[in-house]
Amino acid sequence: MALPKYTETRYRIWHYFYIAICTFVFIFLIAPLFVIFPLSFNAEEFLVFSEGMKNLDPDAFSLRWYKDMVYGTKNPWGLAAKNSFIIAIFATLGSVILGTVAALGLSSRHMPFKGIIMATLISPMIVPLIISGVAIFFFMAKAGLAATHTGIILAHIILGTPFVVITVTATLSGFDHSVTRAAASLGSNPVNTFMKVTLPLILPGVISGGLFAFVTSFDEVVVVLFLAGLENTTIPVQMWTGLREQLSPTILAVATCLIVLSTLILISAELLRRRSERLRGINR
Amino acid sequence: MSSETKQILTTDGIPLEISLKKAERKNKIKAFLLVAPLLLFLIITYIFPIGEMFTRSIDDKMITNMLPKTFKSMETWDGKELPTEEVFASFLSDFKILVDKKEHGKLAQRLNKEKNGFNTITKKLFRQVKRNKIDETQSIKEQIMKVHKRWRNVEYWQAIKRTAPPYTSAKYLKAMDMYLNEDNKITQVSEDRRIHRILWLRTVEVAFFVTVFCFLMGYPIAHLLATLPMKYSNLLMICVLLPFWTSLLVRTASWMILLQQQGVVNDFFVMIGLVSDDNRPEMMYNKVGTYVAMTQILLPFMVLPLYSVMKTISPSLMRAGKSLGGTPFVAFWKVYFPLTIPGIGAGCLLVFILAIGYYITPALVGGASGTLISNQIAYHMKTTLDWSFASAMGLMLLGGVLVIYWLYNKLVGVDNIKLG
Repeated sequence: MALPKYTETRYRIWHYFYIAICTFVFIFLIAPLFVIFPLSFNAEEFLVFSEGMKNLDPDAFSLRWYKDMVYGTKNPWGLAAKNSFIIAIFATLGSVILGTVAALGLSSRHMPFKGIIMATLISPMIVPLIISGVAIFFFMAKAGLAATHTGIILAHIILGTPFVVITVTATLSGFDHSVTRAAASLGSNPVNTFMKVTLPLILPGVISGGLFAFVTSFDEVVVVLFLAGLENTTIPVQMWTGLREQLSPTILAVATCLIVLSTLILISAELLRRRSERLRGINR
Repeated sequence: MSSETKQILTTDGIPLEISLKKAERKNKIKAFLLVAPLLLFLIITYIFPIGEMFTRSIDDKMITNMLPKTFKSMETWDGKELPTEEVFASFLSDFKILVDKKEHGKLAQRLNKEKNGFNTITKKLFRQVKRNKIDETQSIKEQIMKVHKRWRNVEYWQAIKRTAPPYTSAKYLKAMDMYLNEDNKITQVSEDRRIHRILWLRTVEVAFFVTVFCFLMGYPIAHLLATLPMKYSNLLMICVLLPFWTSLLVRTASWMILLQQQGVVNDFFVMIGLVSDDNRPEMMYNKVGTYVAMTQILLPFMVLPLYSVMKTISPSLMRAGKSLGGTPFVAFWKVYFPLTIPGIGAGCLLVFILAIGYYITPALVGGASGTLISNQIAYHMKTTLDWSFASAMGLMLLGGVLVIYWLYNKLVGVDNIKLG
């Protein structure tokens, strides 16, 4: 971004002003995440930087809250983590299967009523969560699935499929259909063609859609708050209660773990996106 | 030349046109069958329940079913003077059935909502009925009127008649701080009780300003990301994507830590001498907290569409603008900016739609003056259990969102939603 030598002073000033604004926005975006790291190692119970921490005194840091998170008596994080993972994994599986199959149909040029069906399929993404929560609660209460894992998993499949549908249709838009015709002409049946030819090619899109579905489920709190009983508590629900009642440093330890998890997800999503672009022949 | 001679036949001897149509139809059915499982699943578990919210929000069948005979006999009553003996008699017989089913309390509650004072007089009537004090061989009208003076008041009978239709718009009016008065006219509630309108306005206001802030902050960095060389922009992109992938509650928690009175932001302000140590401003549990936290949380949704549009704008266009004599500002304003408008539309509407339905962050950092309409919906769902009212407010919100979504579709197209 070096400026050419002939740049006038006022544009030079404007340029530095622009860089300053951008720096501020980037700090605004990322800094809040980094505040949590050091504070989660706080030896004290307060959520402020103690004098010792400011002076980098090693005694001011400890793993106390991480121990509390794992071993703490009467603390719910273990159950919450187990529930969160079970629900997210099954919800992801459901979303990926339903969403991918639907995306295959949607990207066929023979699909009738494409516009309205697409709008219906991605509506859970557009409708505010609170409304989805109310509607899904009414259904689950009627079906007797409130306060069950099954109910929450079904709810998260509803919320997760739009992401899979969108990513997989995007991947399929660059898909060369002559390869499936080639497979068919060589005597392969449709299922075999899908498994051996189509799926490997669209897999990056499927997985990245699955990642979105996983994160949506893992992070979802509004619908779970309506549906969950004490047995079905998840990490976000537990954080929500914790943040409402009192901010304990244990929450920060959990938050740090979640940031590490989201970093891992970010890296895999990014790698997948690049691989997908390479496979689809998009060069940048 | 007749068409028959030109007709091309397939090997089976069927005309090609028909055979093609058949194949096309088969393909259509095939494609539809692939979509069908998800479509069916969503219709049953999602679209249909949203419809159910509507019936729930206007449903007033309970009382219609409770007083069937009364409403039947009231059909001929003009509503000006006290009703006839027949109405009183059918009301009593309906009421007796309710007493047997122990549902008279529900009736009193519902009627009391229509007009204050029904609770007392229904209880009085209940006691008379329970003790078999009412002699059905004599005038029932006279006896009921003796139970309490309000039963002699025609306004109470008018109130009963108003509850006759099985559907009501009362919940929607309540959400707008209005109600139907005695003459069936829409009236506003007294000034000190108008809470919902404030919430609607505040929700729109917060969503609007959050969108503006996101745009003002998102535009420059999207531009920087799109113009920097790949190796730098990929690194900076992490600053946008990491918050995007991080749990909403984690980000809200970090803002709670940053914005508290002894928090980092206030420490910083004290350090640079902006505020004195004993006079730290309150930045959480008010609108400031809501704005700051929501802007940071929704900013990636603004940056990503802007970035994907800006990425496609060739830098040579700006150079051409400049070489034709435009200053950098003119070149930007006349060439670059108009090209980014699809991205601006997508980003703004996406952020606005998300912001208008926000619930978690305002509830945690907003305090009393930062609560939005979604918090009110959740409150009625979970605390007062007035589900029909929550449904009515939810559907009003949904109506607003659908209008915005329709605009979005017109301006940018749904297919242009890009993720990451």
